[in-house]
Order: sequence, then structure tokens, then C-alpha cells
Amino acid sequence: MTVPTELDRRFRDAAARSGLLDAGYDLVESPVGQLLVAAGDRGILRISFDANVEQHLEWLSRMAGRSVLRSPRQVDGVRRELDEYFEGRRHAFDLAVDLRGVTPFTERVLRELALIPFGETATYAELAARAGNPKAARAVGMTMNRNRIPIVLPCHRVIGANGSLVGYAGGLERKVALLRLEGVLL
Amino acid sequence: MMGTVAIPPFETFYVEHSSEVLGLLRRKLGRDRADDAFQETFLRALRAYDRLDHGEHLRAWVLTIASRVAIDVHRRTKPTAEMPEVQHEDTRPAYEDLGELTDGLPPKERAAVVLRYGYDLTYDQIAAVLDSSPDAARQAASTGVRRLRKEARP
Repeated sequence: MTVPTELDRRFRDAAARSGLLDAGYDLVESPVGQLLVAAGDRGILRISFDANVEQHLEWLSRMAGRSVLRSPRQVDGVRRELDEYFEGRRHAFDLAVDLRGVTPFTERVLRELALIPFGETATYAELAARAGNPKAARAVGMTMNRNRIPIVLPCHRVIGANGSLVGYAGGLERKVALLRLEGVLL
Repeated sequence: MMGTVAIPPFETFYVEHSSEVLGLLRRKLGRDRADDAFQETFLRALRAYDRLDHGEHLRAWVLTIASRVAIDVHRRTKPTAEMPEVQHEDTRPAYEDLGELTDGLPPKERAAVVLRYGYDLTYDQIAAVLDSSPDAARQAASTGVRRLRKEARP
């Protein structure tokens, strides 16, 4: 017997409302492809261009706790702001991010990253300097590559000193799409 | 920790057991009342999930929670009726043997004895299932065993 969709949805909603979940996640449609979005009570844990749920489940379970459930309701707030962003109606996110487990350097870099405004860019070296270590451009590159919360933490706004796009963990074509959306690229 | 089965993410556990739980609840309660009981069962499981020590017997564990929820629903809807017999659909031999053996016990003692000795759950886990404390679970199991010994005496 399969569980009727409505009943399944009701439980997943109730689980999110109960406050018992360590993390809830859902797949969110976007112009740059399907996104996996996961959030706990401290904020967003993960946004991924890779919708392979199995692997994310293991990671979330290790990172946040084993009470992980697919629950659209749990990520409603994130979905709404992402939708607004992609529709061009939102330029800044008003969402908490959960950075547990990252090194202090990574956290400093990501906090600085979050301050780069919509439609603007910074170079890897500039971001390194803002995070207090001007020589760490390469480490900043690595941090961008491993960014768990792309789009909301806008690593697509970080580019090479010569203006080249360099790379993007989600694929360069997505970086181009995001920078076009923000009017940085034509 | 040799032989310990890892506890899967709740999503995996839910997907694996949700249809069987719903089937059991529908047989016990009928379609309408089964829907609320379904949600209650998995919320109780979720509440207890981070206290589990290992991933063994999760199926038995959640079916037992479902049986308890069904009993509670019966109680709520028919307050004067006699407590219904817990009907176990499980086919595991240990459980079956114990199931028959413990037929005459009060439901709480029966559940505690079967979960402890049939499924080797810890008192913490049993407490979660029965919605009580580990001490109360231990007490229920030992009272149940004493009662069984008394009955077994010729």
C-alpha cells in the first residue's frame, strides 16, 4: 500500500512544525536547475546544484543530526526568497545561514562574501584582504569552491583579477547565468 | 560496537516503513481514524529517534509504536470499552513465541516484555515506545516476567 500524497504531505508538514527535525530539505526549481535546499533551526545548511538526495542525506545526518526529513514546509522561507531573487524582485537575502563545522578563516571569508552586493563583483585577492589575509587569494578560491550555500552566499560574484570568471563549483554556465541575472554580464 | 547497525537518516526510515505502518493502522482502526494515527505514530518515532542506540529492529519498533497509538485511539474513542488486544502482525519467530506466551499480560507489560526479550531493545527505547520513563519500562518488563513465572508454575 502506498501512502496517499496528502497524508504524506501532512506528516511532513507536522514534522516541520513540531520543531523536532534536525534538518528539513526539499528540491526547489530554479532557472539554473533544480536545487537541493536544506535548513535546520539555526538557518540554511545546504544549497546544492546536485539533486542527488542520497548523498546529501548522509551529509546532513552527520552534520546536523539523524532527524532529517524531506519537508517542503521547512524550507518555505528559503524557497520564497530564492524565487524572488530569480524573478529579479530581491537583491539581498534575509536568511540565516548555519556554518557549523567550518574553520574560523572560512567563516570570516564567507561573512565578507555575504557583504558583496547584488550586481557587483570582487576578486579573490580583494576578498582575501577583506577577510584579513591579503595573501590568501588561493585559499579564498578553495573556500568559494567548497561553499555549501551558493547563491545566498554569492560566490558567483567573485572573479579573477583580470576579469575572467575562473570557475564555479556548480559549473561555469551557472555562474554566467547568475551574473547575467544581476546585470554584471550581458 | 561490533555488529551494531547504523541508524539511518529519519527520511530513509520513514520511506521504508510508512506503507506498512499505514496498512497496520487501517486494519486496526479503519481508514478514517488511521490517518491521524499515522501522523501520531511517526511524530512519536521522530520524538524518540535521537535517543535510539542502534538501528536494529526499527521495523518492530515502529510497528509497536503504531500498535500503542492504535490502543490510545481506541481508548479515546471508546472510553468505556475494554482495552483491545494488541494484535501483532509480525512473523519473526522470537516475537511470535513471546507474543503467544505473553498473551495474557496487560498491554503495557506485554509490550515491555516482548520488546526487551523478543527484540532486545534497551529500556530507553522501550520507554520511548510506551511514552513513559526507562524506569517505568524496566518495572513493566519485570512485573510482566514475574507474572509469567507465576502463571507457568503448575
